[in-house]
Amino acid sequence: MKSLTPLVIVLALAIAFGVWYTRSRGEFRKKKTVNGPKLDASIIGVELGSRVTMVQFSSAFCSPCRATKALLEDMVGKMDDVHYAHIDAESHLELVRKLDIRSTPTTLFLNRDGVEVGRAMGTPKRSQVMAAVNAIH
Amino acid sequence: MAVLNQSSVTNKVKLIDARGPRFSAGITTLVLAIALVTQSAALIAIQLVVFAIGAFAGPAKTPYAFLFKKFVKPRLRGEVPTEDARPPQFAQSVGLIFAVVALVGSLLSIPALFTVAVGFALFAAFLNAAFNFCLGCEIYLIAVRILKK
Repeated sequence: MKSLTPLVIVLALAIAFGVWYTRSRGEFRKKKTVNGPKLDASIIGVELGSRVTMVQFSSAFCSPCRATKALLEDMVGKMDDVHYAHIDAESHLELVRKLDIRSTPTTLFLNRDGVEVGRAMGTPKRSQVMAAVNAIH
Repeated sequence: MAVLNQSSVTNKVKLIDARGPRFSAGITTLVLAIALVTQSAALIAIQLVVFAIGAFAGPAKTPYAFLFKKFVKPRLRGEVPTEDARPPQFAQSVGLIFAVVALVGSLLSIPALFTVAVGFALFAAFLNAAFNFCLGCEIYLIAVRILKK
């Protein structure tokens, strides 16, 4: 059964997936209806920001989690009304299931009430985080 | 899996040159592609040993990592990007599972099993090499959600 067909199929699927993957990572996806659970300091371990809170879920086998953490920590340092929380997904499985976190890093953007308005999967660019944060009032 | 006992993000992190695993994924892609086309169990057996070293001893200990250190790294310039050794180690463990399944398929004379298992391993290795795809990011949490109560 020596044939090039399986190789061609696998490479075509991988290229299609890879292009989608590269484009969609880091992209801020706004929720159509803001009706999720209300999160607060007792759940995420950090006081809510007066305008926005970014909640990053990470796991052990995740290279981009480190880069995302560094970026978001750097950015919140310059914004008084935005807070940042970092959560180990594996040790918070109940929360992970409730919020339907599937991959890491996933960053939730919470409004002042602690309700998710959107999320980004993968490492966002600085400009993508800025745009997402600026759109929340 | 060899790395599952080190699962907390708060553990002490071992850092390696991030370009090493990506280079290794490139060679893995080539080996798996040739194995897929020629249906070579011998090549998969070799790749299985490499995956096993990567899964148990770490991704910086494989023969491919040795090639990277010896021939590629001296030619690279600029700041060395580092990464946690655990994500590529996890990917090596997943690769090991697919290599084992492929060899079982070969031993039981089930060519379809061999082809599918090698195909999946090739899919992941190619994505890693070409798009810097992080396998652990995408499948680990889902696996934990399914397996842990």
